[in-house]
Amino acid sequence: MIDARQPAIAAETKPWRSAGTRPFISVKNIVKRFGDFTAVSNVDLDIYKGELFCLLGESGCGKSTLLRMLAGFEQPSSGTITIDGEDMARVPPDRRPTNMMFQSYALFPHMTVEKNVAYGLLREGLSRAAAYERAGEMLRMVKLEKQARRKPDQLSGGQRQRVALARALVKKPKLLLLDEPLGALDKKLREETQFELIKIQESLGVTFIVVTHDQDEAMTLATRIGVMKDGIIEQIGEPREIYETPNSRFVADFIGSVNLVEGRIDAVAPDLMRIQTEELGPVLLPPQTGYTRNQQVWGAVRPERWALSRAKPEANPNAWQGVVEELGYIGHMSHYRIRLDNGVLIRASQSNRLRDEDPISWDERVWISVQPAAFRVLTR
Amino acid sequence: MRGWFLPLAVLFGFIFLYAPILSLIVFSFNESRLVTVWGGFSTRWYGELLRDRQILNAAWISLKVAFWSATLATIIGTLGAFVLTRFSRFTGRLLLTGMITAPLVMPEVITGLSLLLLFVSMELTLGWPAGRGLTTIVIAHTTFCAAFVAVIAQSRLRQMDESLEEAARDLGAGPVRVFFDVTLPVIMPALVAGWLLAFTLSLDDLVIASFVSGPGASTLPMVIFSKVRLGVSPDVNALATIIIGIVLVAVLIAGWLMRRAMRNPL
Repeated sequence: MIDARQPAIAAETKPWRSAGTRPFISVKNIVKRFGDFTAVSNVDLDIYKGELFCLLGESGCGKSTLLRMLAGFEQPSSGTITIDGEDMARVPPDRRPTNMMFQSYALFPHMTVEKNVAYGLLREGLSRAAAYERAGEMLRMVKLEKQARRKPDQLSGGQRQRVALARALVKKPKLLLLDEPLGALDKKLREETQFELIKIQESLGVTFIVVTHDQDEAMTLATRIGVMKDGIIEQIGEPREIYETPNSRFVADFIGSVNLVEGRIDAVAPDLMRIQTEELGPVLLPPQTGYTRNQQVWGAVRPERWALSRAKPEANPNAWQGVVEELGYIGHMSHYRIRLDNGVLIRASQSNRLRDEDPISWDERVWISVQPAAFRVLTR
Repeated sequence: MRGWFLPLAVLFGFIFLYAPILSLIVFSFNESRLVTVWGGFSTRWYGELLRDRQILNAAWISLKVAFWSATLATIIGTLGAFVLTRFSRFTGRLLLTGMITAPLVMPEVITGLSLLLLFVSMELTLGWPAGRGLTTIVIAHTTFCAAFVAVIAQSRLRQMDESLEEAARDLGAGPVRVFFDVTLPVIMPALVAGWLLAFTLSLDDLVIASFVSGPGASTLPMVIFSKVRLGVSPDVNALATIIIGIVLVAVLIAGWLMRRAMRNPL
């Protein structure tokens, strides 16, 4: 599903947009059961060459299991995995064209940094001299050439993370699998490393699949995101699609924060659609096709789409009055919780663009309004 | 009350545990032939010991037995522990889990007797082992030492991050290669500790060795025991002191290795 308002981009950088492009990795109807528990159920996923795909979800949603099936550590209960046209069933992890960066980094504690990185090359049958030279190049790329002779326990967390990345990339895998690659780093380092990771991925042209529970990380890194829940991929899309056009209440709520109103459609016309909600009374939504009168729908609106004003907004019927109950000022933004007269709580946020504006403050009576087009209509 | 009670309790504890050993060590340096009368300091009995062919012979046998049974027990115990920690499902897993620690709780007399019966019937039906001696003692000691090694190796294997092994697989190593390249080096301190423990256990054992040994294969504890039955002579004190020294060093090294291994759970 593509939002028509997005600018057109050349097909080769976004191959998933043009039908008929052959996917590089193809997961078909894959199921993984552990006893009675189904960790992954009927997942279909196509990933294209050079993508940085993020699997996003809470712990236990099956994202790591899916990653481990791609690496070959788990055998799918049913379904197929194809990498570059080759069926991966019965191919053991040591013969797959994939490498993995582990959440714990899994650096061999008894080997030096250099030896850790060269290990995969030596297993490939490369000569010692050639293997150590390539390992050295890789360590230069991650700026660790000075630490080559150290043992992993003599490195900082950030350095270990880079060794793990170098070790996973040195064999030039067709597909690199990263399990929470930045999970163990502190916030500041994580943000820096995110861009570092994108740069490395783009310069090497390796396809990445990243598993993460951190939505900011997924939004920053990914070309596309797959949002997982209970073993199912709820939605696949570019970060912007996931944020602006979520396909379910779960996705809308999981990525960013959202105000949801529930109601039944009471008017469908070519130029507008109106729903009758419990929370806000009648709400105007953008005109949509494919809906019928009396159908149950939800309207989702992001906090930053609300406009706050002291005066009644003209010419916007989607306006309500309330009192500022909570206000969180975090510098570039202010988060408001506004209690409407009927008791409903609305989350709204305003960006603080001017230094000298007179901000709306606690206990003020304000109007909040939202354009119909800011609503996303959801049916589930 | 806390001020004096705890140190006193500790003191009594130490006396209770170590006074006998301490008196043995002190009397090993006794000049007098009478074990209970102090006749001045001397290392005379250590010299006597070195001239006693029977004791030296037994000591050599004991060391050989301890070396081979510790080594075999380490190999078998490690393999057993590896199978139990890394393979979640196979036929007979429950049985193996239960049986691997059975020798730890089995009375030694029963272990010794059952092994003796096994060796005798094997000799009758298979012709091997021919008679009882060094080989049968090594086999017997291996069985119970393997249990100790397995317990130590198992705890280390459980603690080890399994993604280390997966990482090696992922980088192109086959399962056997992974075991030797990654698993073995990582659990090595625990294995050395296990080997040392097995070595001292084998060196100490009297009961099982008595059952399964044969003519010409008396271990040191067997010789000491038979000597003491004829009356305690001071050279036995000297011998005991040396054994205590060896065991103490081995146990200290084993303990140090295990502690170091626990501190590095990488």
